[in-house]
Amino acid sequence: MSEMTFTLDGENVPFEPGQTVMQAALAAGHYVPHLCYHPEFKPHGSCKLCTVKINGRTAASCTMPAEAGLQVESNIEELNALRRTLVQMLFAEGNHFCPSCEKSGNCNLQALGYDLEVHTAGFRHLYPDRPVDASHPDILLDFNRCVLCELCVRASSEVDGKNIFALSGRGINKHLIVNSKSGLLVDTDIALTDKAMQVCPVGAILRKRVGFSQPIGERRYDQRPISAQALDDAPRQADASGNCAACEGTP
Amino acid sequence: MSKKLRVATTSLAGCFGCHMSFLDIDERLFPLLDLVEFDRSPLTDIKHCGPCDIGLIEGGICNAENVHVLREFRKNCKILIAIGSCAITGGLPAQRNHLDLGSCLTEVYLTEPGLAHGHIPNDPELPLPLDKVHPLHEVVKVDYFIPGCPPSGDAIWKFLTDLIAGKTPELGHGLIKYD
Ligand code: SF4
Ligand code: SF4
Ligand code: FES
Repeated sequence: MSEMTFTLDGENVPFEPGQTVMQAALAAGHYVPHLCYHPEFKPHGSCKLCTVKINGRTAASCTMPAEAGLQVESNIEELNALRRTLVQMLFAEGNHFCPSCEKSGNCNLQALGYDLEVHTAGFRHLYPDRPVDASHPDILLDFNRCVLCELCVRASSEVDGKNIFALSGRGINKHLIVNSKSGLLVDTDIALTDKAMQVCPVGAILRKRVGFSQPIGERRYDQRPISAQALDDAPRQADASGNCAACEGTP
Repeated sequence: MSKKLRVATTSLAGCFGCHMSFLDIDERLFPLLDLVEFDRSPLTDIKHCGPCDIGLIEGGICNAENVHVLREFRKNCKILIAIGSCAITGGLPAQRNHLDLGSCLTEVYLTEPGLAHGHIPNDPELPLPLDKVHPLHEVVKVDYFIPGCPPSGDAIWKFLTDLIAGKTPELGHGLIKYD
C-alpha cells in the first residue's frame, strides 16, 4: 500500500488510518500549537488553539481525521493572529499573575504566549473572584488559573478511575468542580501519584511545598520554546488503534 | 540621526523594578543617550511631561493621581509603552481586585494584629485609591507592551532599539517573559 499523505504548509505529512491531523503532524515532527490536546488522551477540541485551514476552511486539527490529499495550512499569520487572540482571552478571563505563580516557566499557556509573541492580554481583564481550594494537605487547587481544558477530568476518569473533576456551567460561567459532597478536594481520594496530578497545563492543580524549587533559567520553557518541546512529548509511532508506547506525560 | 528622540518615563502603581531593569542596560546607556534625551523621568527629576516621542510607564493605575499622570503622558507622547507586568496586567497590586477596597483598608490599618490604634490614612494630600487596579490599556490607548516582572535589561534594550530603528519590536525566546 502506498503511503497516504496530506500537505501541511506545503510539506508532505504521512499518516496512518485513524490518526488526526494533529497526531500525524506531531508524529512527523511538525508542530501545531495546542493547549487542550495531550498525546495520551482522546482529543477534547475545546481550546481551538490548534485551528488550521483545511482546504481553505478552518477546523480544529486535534479532532479532524487525517485524509489523503488534504491541504492544511497552519503556520500562517492569519491563524497565528487568531491564536494570539485566543491566548489573550484566556489571560483576560482568569487571574493569571505569572510573577507569583508556581507554574511559571513550566506553564503551557504562558509558553504559548511567548511563542506567539503575545505582549499583552489586550482585553479588559475580568478579575473574577475564584477562591482557591487549599483544603487538601498536599494539593492546592487554584481555580484562578484553570483554562477548562478538561485534561484533569479526562485523566481522573480514564486513567485514575476516580472521576474527581468535572466541568460545570456554560459559556462564561463554565468552571471546574470537584466531585465530593463538600465540593472540597480534601474529601476526595485524590493522590499525588494520580495521573490527574500530572496533566494540568497551567498552575491550577499544584503539589504543595514544591513551588519555586527550580531556579529561573532552569525551568522547562526557559530552555527551549514550547514549539520545540511539544514534539518531544508527541508519540512518534502510533499503532492503528492510536495507542502508543512512547507516550510520556508532560512533567 | 538629526534630532534626538525625547523620552519620558514614570512609575505609577509599580515598584521601580522596571526602572532598575532599564538601568540594567548598563554601558548601553551611553549609545542610547546618543539617540535619546530624557524629559520627565526619575532620572531627570523633571516633574511634568512636555511633548515627547516615547513615553515609558511602569506600574498600573491604583489611584486618582495615577490617572492624571497617565493622561499627561498620553497627551504628550507620540508613542506610549507599558512596561512590566503591573502596567500590562495590573500585576501584584491588582491581586486585591476581587476584594472589597473598604475591607482591605480596614484589615490593613485597623484590624490586623499589631496595628492597634491605627487609622485609615486620610491626609488630603494623599490621592484617593481606586476601587480596582487597572492596567494602562484600560484607561488610555497604549501603543506597545514590554512584558516581564521586570523585563530584563536586554529585553528593554532590544525593544527600544527595534523601535528607534523603525522596526516592529520583537522580543523572541529568552527575552519575552511574563515573570
Ligand atoms: S498558570 Fe501559567 S499563565 Fe497562568 S499565572 Fe501561572 S504561569 Fe502564568
Ligand atoms: S484544572 Fe488544569 S487540567 Fe483541569 S481543566 Fe483546569 S486547566 Fe485543565
Ligand atoms: S488543541 Fe485542539 S482544540 Fe485544543
